[in-house]
Amino acid sequence: MTRAMTRLLIAGARVLDPATRADRVADVAVEGGLIAKIGPSLKAGAETTVIDGAGLALIPGLIDMRVSVGEPGAEHRETLKSAGRAAAAGGVTTMVVMPDTNPVIDDVSLVDFIKRRGAERAGVHVLPAAAMTKKLDGLMMTEMGLLTEAGAVLFSNGHAPVVDSRVLRRALSYASAFGALVAHRPEDPHLAKGGVMHEGELGARLGLPGIPAAAERIFAERDAALAELTGGRLLLDMISAAATLGPIRRAKAAGVALHASVSVHHLTLNELEVTDYRTFAKLSPPLRSEDDRRALVAALADGAIDVIVSGHDPRPPEEKRLPFDEAAFGASALETLLPAALSLHHNGEADLMDVLAALTCRPAALLKLPHGRIAEGAPADLVLVDLDAPFQFAADTMKSKCRNTPYDGRLMQGRVQRTLVSGVTVFDAAA
Amino acid sequence: MPQAGRFTHENGGPQGGIEHAPGPARLRHRHLLAIEDLSRAEAEALIGRARFFFPYVEGRVKKGDMLRGRTLINLFFENSTRTQSSFELAGKRMGADVVNMSVNPSSVAQGETLMDTAATLNAMAPDLLVVRHGSSGAAHLLARKVDCSVINAGDGTHEHPTQALLDALTIREALGRVEGLTVAICGDVLHSRVARSNVALLTLLGARVRLVAPPTLLPAGVRHWGADVFTDMKTGLVGADVVMMLRIQLERMQGGFVPSQREYFWHYGLDAEKLALTGRPSLVMHPGPMNRGVEIDSAVADDRAVSLIEKQVRMGVALRMAVLEALAAHGSNEGPAP
Repeated sequence: MTRAMTRLLIAGARVLDPATRADRVADVAVEGGLIAKIGPSLKAGAETTVIDGAGLALIPGLIDMRVSVGEPGAEHRETLKSAGRAAAAGGVTTMVVMPDTNPVIDDVSLVDFIKRRGAERAGVHVLPAAAMTKKLDGLMMTEMGLLTEAGAVLFSNGHAPVVDSRVLRRALSYASAFGALVAHRPEDPHLAKGGVMHEGELGARLGLPGIPAAAERIFAERDAALAELTGGRLLLDMISAAATLGPIRRAKAAGVALHASVSVHHLTLNELEVTDYRTFAKLSPPLRSEDDRRALVAALADGAIDVIVSGHDPRPPEEKRLPFDEAAFGASALETLLPAALSLHHNGEADLMDVLAALTCRPAALLKLPHGRIAEGAPADLVLVDLDAPFQFAADTMKSKCRNTPYDGRLMQGRVQRTLVSGVTVFDAAA
Repeated sequence: MPQAGRFTHENGGPQGGIEHAPGPARLRHRHLLAIEDLSRAEAEALIGRARFFFPYVEGRVKKGDMLRGRTLINLFFENSTRTQSSFELAGKRMGADVVNMSVNPSSVAQGETLMDTAATLNAMAPDLLVVRHGSSGAAHLLARKVDCSVINAGDGTHEHPTQALLDALTIREALGRVEGLTVAICGDVLHSRVARSNVALLTLLGARVRLVAPPTLLPAGVRHWGADVFTDMKTGLVGADVVMMLRIQLERMQGGFVPSQREYFWHYGLDAEKLALTGRPSLVMHPGPMNRGVEIDSAVADDRAVSLIEKQVRMGVALRMAVLEALAAHGSNEGPAP
């Protein structure tokens, strides 16, 4: 790519590197797609483009470990290209795309397809997650070794939990030979069956069938035991309940290679969002109680939760403008990930560096990527963001093909001004 | 023993003392979607106003013209002979043009969504839309889409507000008051919109409400509803002035929620023996349709000395007339702006 030759100088921004917790005003020189130098008053060469960063924060590009795209099979929901545009606008420079497409990404050629299409069209890094089991059937393990070599960065069963404990045991065990990461969404499908929201008093009043927090906890306990048994690397993906934190903390204390992610929605919203049957707040796992939300925020600070994901799940109006129990789960979230997560900092609920780490260097560490940090020699995936200026988020400005967001009309802080991927500007708010 | 469901007209009806007759109820909201839309005063006004319509229900006054020129659409996505005909009769006796639309669930499966149906109906510019749908919140969704008043005639397992209002009216006519009475609501509370509406309304009106059900048929958080919860019917009925039985669908009784029909009837079915446990001359209600021999014994259901079940049906028309009148006062639908 020609972008390798681009020379840039981002001058005078507040440089925040969550990996080292460094926070200082500095210039950042970019060359060949990498961060060449960081320091005060760097000189711009003859062919260097200077970007004024004064008054803005420079953070590593976000790494979103859970993005659903409709390509292949449901391009009306989202393509890699439209998701890439949304990601760039949201400061996400790397997205891990889920395998629950049509066809399911369970084969080397399909991993190759995602990588190729992503590189051609998305503008941001696209990393394929491959299916843990063939066609996500929860029964037959995929060719994890070959898929890893083809470029699959993790193995997920999408929203379909692996019910057969023996299958999950073998997948974790087999994946450990390649050091591969297995991501599993813990939810007992029998307990959750028919549920459309958090099980509790509000759901009972609304007459909506609930998904008890125990459905998540039960599988989290089981999955943690299997991770311990096998030594495999396991990510408990998108947890939602306070009760799930117990098994996570116990496993981590025992040295099990267990990690956890949470969607930004579950850190910033609670079940009250579905009052009046608002289907844009119908998520899987469901938004839970305020007590659950607070526990998840606390777990982010103490390290029980490793990463924040968007859980991006674009749904067109015909899947959302329905009675609540018939409507699809999911929210379009790439563009709200950063400002929603930053609300935790602005509200005084979480430390700024903890929030940023969960969006950048911690997912990079799980994925073994050199990205997610601002250091000399690291990839120049960078985001200039106005951390403080408030703005009203408007769904009709979204770049995603679907605008099913629960944040429409919210006052937020943390607007992305510019996004660079390998030193190339892929989003510029002023443009 | 109080006289069950006797119509009295001392203060109401066209032939009654006009100077004491309560006027049409005034409601703040344009829709009636749930009991929480009503204040106590509004609920009492509707119940009080219903008396005015008793002569219409009894056939002594054949037809009024309060809703002449107004269009009422009955939109039923679930079969319900009694609720649909109750609204139809209420509308017709007030002179409204009533259109019944029973939407076959299969046409929904063919791709027409509730929102499409709402847009189609809205183009017909009705004044009142009565909707019954199998999904909780469906009436709320319609109300956001159409320009007329929407009355929830049952949405999923959420609410059925006119049923609760007619039940309160029935109780008041039979016992002279609602406040201070003990009402035991028994059966499948988990799946019952009637139970939710009745707990909300009877509590609002000052009754003491009890819920009696096996634990598997009680919703999560039910203990915060402001009702006393019992899983033993024998203790739950003691001292109850009114026993309100809920319908249980037969498919719930094949090992899913309760082990069998006979076990359910043994523990939670109402027969004369259990009714005697109240220790007082209690009255029996049921929103219908009944599963005889499953949740209620025929001997109790058909005993005119204790059963208000038939009265509930008659009260239903009068109460719905009061609701239609109140909501129609919010103005006629001039149709979408050109």
